[in-house]
Amino acid sequence: MFLLSLLIFVPVVYGLMLLFVPKSQVKFTALLFSLSTFILSTRLFREFDPSRADLQLVEKFSWVKAFGINYFVGIDGISFWLVLLTTFLMPITILGSWKAVEKNTRAFHANLMFLQSALIGTFLAFDAILFYVFFEASLIPMYFLIGLWGGPRKIYASVKFFIYTMFGSVFMLLAIITMMIMTQTLDGGGGMSASLLDFYKLDIPFIGGTLINSQTLLFFAFCLAFAIKCPMFPVHTWLPDAHVEAPTAGSVLLAGVMLKMGTYGFLRFVLPMFPEATAYWSWLLMLLAVIGIIYGALVAMVQPDIKKLVAYSSVSHMGYVILGLFTLNEFGVTGGLYQMLNHGVSTGALFLLVGMVYERTHNREISKYGGLAKAAPWFTICFMIITLSSIAVPMTNGFIGEFLILLGAFQANSYLAGAAVLGVVLGATYMLWMVKRVFFGSTGELVEKYNSKLEMNWREGAVIAPLIILVFWMGLLPNHFLNWSKASLEHLLQNKNNYTLSYVTESTPSINGKKMIALKDKAVK
Amino acid sequence: MPNLESLLDIGLNHYLIVSAALFCIGMAGVLVRRNVLVILMCIELMLNAVNLSFVAFSHYSENINGQVMVFFVMTIAAAEAGVGLALAVTIFKKFKEVNIRFFEQLKG
Amino acid sequence: MSVKLLFSLLFIFPLLGFLFNGVRFKSKNYKLAGGLATAAVFASFMVAVTLVVKLIGMEEGSRQITAHLFSWIHIGDFVANASFLLDPISAVMILIITGVGTLIHLFSIGYMSHDERPSKYFAYLNLFLFNMMLLVLGDNLLILFVGWEGVGLCSYLLIGFWFSDSEKAAAGMKAFITNRIGDAAFLIGLFIIFFQFGSIEFLTINSLLPTTAEVGWFGPMTLACLFLFIGATGKSAQIPLYVWLPDAMAGPTPVSALIHAATMVTAGVYLIVRLSGLYLLAPNVMMLIAIIGGLTAFFAATIAITQNDIKKILAYSTVSQLGYMFLAVGVGAFVPALFHLMTHAFFKALMFLGSGSVIHAMHEEQDIRKMGGLKKYMPITHFTFLLGWLAIIGVPPLAGFFSKDEILWYTYASPQGSKILWILGVVTAAMTAFYMTRLMALTFWGKSRVAKDVHPHESPVSMLIPLVVLGVLSVIGGWIGIPHVISAVLPGHIPNVLEHWLEPVVKNINLGEISVAAEWGGMLLSITAVAFSATLAYLFYGSSKSEMPNKISTALGPIYKLISGKYFIDELYFGKIINPLIDMSKGLWLYIDVNFIDKITYLAADFAAGCGRGVRDLQNGNIQRYAMYMSIGLIIVLSIILLGS
Repeated sequence: MFLLSLLIFVPVVYGLMLLFVPKSQVKFTALLFSLSTFILSTRLFREFDPSRADLQLVEKFSWVKAFGINYFVGIDGISFWLVLLTTFLMPITILGSWKAVEKNTRAFHANLMFLQSALIGTFLAFDAILFYVFFEASLIPMYFLIGLWGGPRKIYASVKFFIYTMFGSVFMLLAIITMMIMTQTLDGGGGMSASLLDFYKLDIPFIGGTLINSQTLLFFAFCLAFAIKCPMFPVHTWLPDAHVEAPTAGSVLLAGVMLKMGTYGFLRFVLPMFPEATAYWSWLLMLLAVIGIIYGALVAMVQPDIKKLVAYSSVSHMGYVILGLFTLNEFGVTGGLYQMLNHGVSTGALFLLVGMVYERTHNREISKYGGLAKAAPWFTICFMIITLSSIAVPMTNGFIGEFLILLGAFQANSYLAGAAVLGVVLGATYMLWMVKRVFFGSTGELVEKYNSKLEMNWREGAVIAPLIILVFWMGLLPNHFLNWSKASLEHLLQNKNNYTLSYVTESTPSINGKKMIALKDKAVK
Repeated sequence: MPNLESLLDIGLNHYLIVSAALFCIGMAGVLVRRNVLVILMCIELMLNAVNLSFVAFSHYSENINGQVMVFFVMTIAAAEAGVGLALAVTIFKKFKEVNIRFFEQLKG
Repeated sequence: MSVKLLFSLLFIFPLLGFLFNGVRFKSKNYKLAGGLATAAVFASFMVAVTLVVKLIGMEEGSRQITAHLFSWIHIGDFVANASFLLDPISAVMILIITGVGTLIHLFSIGYMSHDERPSKYFAYLNLFLFNMMLLVLGDNLLILFVGWEGVGLCSYLLIGFWFSDSEKAAAGMKAFITNRIGDAAFLIGLFIIFFQFGSIEFLTINSLLPTTAEVGWFGPMTLACLFLFIGATGKSAQIPLYVWLPDAMAGPTPVSALIHAATMVTAGVYLIVRLSGLYLLAPNVMMLIAIIGGLTAFFAATIAITQNDIKKILAYSTVSQLGYMFLAVGVGAFVPALFHLMTHAFFKALMFLGSGSVIHAMHEEQDIRKMGGLKKYMPITHFTFLLGWLAIIGVPPLAGFFSKDEILWYTYASPQGSKILWILGVVTAAMTAFYMTRLMALTFWGKSRVAKDVHPHESPVSMLIPLVVLGVLSVIGGWIGIPHVISAVLPGHIPNVLEHWLEPVVKNINLGEISVAAEWGGMLLSITAVAFSATLAYLFYGSSKSEMPNKISTALGPIYKLISGKYFIDELYFGKIINPLIDMSKGLWLYIDVNFIDKITYLAADFAAGCGRGVRDLQNGNIQRYAMYMSIGLIIVLSIILLGS
């Protein structure tokens, strides 16, 4: 029933429709649209079979035949939650920026819809060129979001963001083309193919210790693109600027989903396609990740701007994800995947919360706050909970991810894990110090000025409530989430060196996901 | 005594030389003149130079295609002259100016 | 009732209390909030008693109740379930926690009656007990860690309870971050254990322990023990991470009693006792623990002598007593450590609550120089405090005497112990007697130095009941662990109930040949030292005004300054670690992020822009130029073709 294509293209249609909706109803319509996309995406729970490690719900149509480029989408356990995260965050984002955006609301919401489509497309594409198209297409709406609805230095930030990420992607495109040419030798000299499944089959020559050999070069080309996207130290400097200038919705989606495109790329491209290079160079990426964790935390500590602090904390958190992925063991990779979701939830929520205060005071300087807890107790409670999730206190989602990553890192390299553990301490330091300066202590000038207006309202409560529920749900019952990805991750790790992915062509028009599974179970018995 | 016959016996090369000369005159005009109208006329000149060689080639290679092509070129030339003159006239009406250098200002 | 249900109930009561009070945190109805919270904890206490009775009913040697609630994390070989283990160790702990917890909740109702946010307070308190129970009942290290961090969090929230005061909020933050340093080390210890044993469940670890002890410092078990111990120094306020505990007194006093005296801070001791089998295999770490414990006990006691804030004195006293417990586990005296943990919970909770009663009566005055003669106004508080005082300085037959004496004896006689540590212990005991007597004398005895506008009064009944109960426990609590050497001469042969109870799970280190005479001698010596220093303190600070303390402090000059300045450890940490770190971070940000990485990207951008500028003239919009380029190009191409052919 083309569920995946629907998920990708329905938002585009919605976005176009929004351009013609009367201005007064845009927000409401957009909210309804995004909710309907989310509801549509929950059908994945029925259609997707978590017990299988192969590619599911595949749709494949020829696009550019001469070069073997297809419209090829599918889903497996790795992309499953990222798609749902995207559709889940979208209505929250729209509701969260209800009051924040007043100019060009139609274009704003249409942009959000286009962005969603590009993001989902990135996670679902299994054709390298299609992936690249979505990967790049997501830049455009985000560029406009920052450039049109951003803060005072929006042009600087949006251009920096665009060029930084574009720079990395060029290398990725080169690498993709190289690999497409390589696929000609597959299957006894067939044509070119851009399918990831064919890329997985490639056996690319690798020589350890030198840089100039095809696997190493391809590895670094992809790594550069994804590292910039993540972002990883030392190519992270676009992130703080982009976040600070972006409107709340932009920040939420940027931190919540877009950064995951980088880590997803590591997991989808780098690990399975270049196993030898990954194994050989994993120390470098782990080292950079650990530096990123500590560096991000230290720099976050001294930021005078709340949003910049959260942005640098993203650098630190994404460092954990990369560290986890390159441990190349079950704990680390699972933890890394989980941490992607955690970061989407908790950092997304942090940006939303910061946005709520900013809407009222139009100022984010930490030193001008103080005593907010007294003026806005409910807001403080929400912020506290999200803070705890962000600093990985047990029973929140952050803990599961960080713990697994550190466990995996300890197995891979105990010294690096020892250094990464410092991030746990520093993470608590910068967050709690900020909380102390903003929420506790004597009343600051801004809190005095806006005193009674600072408490959150029902709409904002509704925005943050699902995220808080998720924080505890993911922290207490991680298996509810991990079970959907387990088979795919296990498949990836067990076949690290000769990873392949296959899919079953469903000739019969899909009846009902559950029935199909039931039928299969019967057949097995 | 040179054979006058041979001089009067006009061959392909003669046509081509005239055509090349016309083309060069036209090109020089396009490159150095400032008046839009003159430039347009020079372009016509170049096109006609090409036409001349087409016809000559067609005649000597006994292939009608060349002459067919001339019709196309003439049509295009007419269209081009129409659009170009229209633009030139409009601009002249508005700014009282036919200098090509002035047209740079239109880029905004 | 099924065990699973009982375990669930144990946790559900405080959790419900937390949720109920947490949702209506703005309510000022302290009676409802406090009543419910107390009832919740008391219900937990009753469930705990039921469970322990069940445990007693089981066969000796196989006393274990386990309950598997749900599967929490299960990735590959790593299994951490939400499952719980009640064995003799956790039975002792759970009774202390819920029992003392109930009393302190009850006390809090009166204490928080004038506060603006009593509901919030009780919510936090219930959450704390929930986490503390997780800590002691978890059957694996990760559940223990969940509780471990959870109590740290509650401690943070409660220390910073009056958050409008920036210093109190800072104290909370300091506590959490200091604890986090320990927690990070704890995690590393946990990893080592997991990769060594393939499991983090206590029962599995114990069954897989090798038989020979490790030598050196870099064996896996030694490292695991070392890192877990670093974790314990954070939670249990030992050198070098003790600095948060004195500051933690910024919280409400009952919190200090519950969290920072009776329960949370003893978690480190519990951890080591829980893993005693492992620790016995790492003698080097044991030695380190004993030294750290002894030094902490000694230094904290010296600081306590010079303090004037009633809560600060008690705080340093707590650090010092915790040092005793670590000294005990370090020399292999696990049962005495747990014993002292228990008696300390009684008498220190009592003293904190007593001080709370005093502070409440004095309208938030905490300086003991402004007290004096309170005996007259607050007879019951005075009397119970007196019991606590006698217990902590180790007057037989009160609780503190037996536990402290056992520890000292093990320090003297254990193969892991040493005479130097023993002397340190005895001197610390004498100093304890000194500062505690000073506290008693300045607060309750002598002439009143109370300010004119303050009218001290006895606290309400709800606050006195816990005092009385804890007072009784401070007296009789020690009788369940009377050492053999004493019980041998007592009529009726009172057995050492505690040791017997714990025997199947925890064994003390083997002392080898013991000399009864030496044990009696040590005991008499420490009693003499205590009596001497207590008398001295009474003479200095008692009814007759003595000039001696001032003279001594001026005579000691710089040393006194050093001690009363708490050895300037805070200043050292700030000056040498924290501030440089912040400066470095600023440097990183400015010089690496802003001025280095960004500059490089600007350079790259400038290069691209420069190239563009270079070829910009090619496109200046002059149509004749374009035509020119075209013709030149045409000519070049044509000439190449013509000349080439």
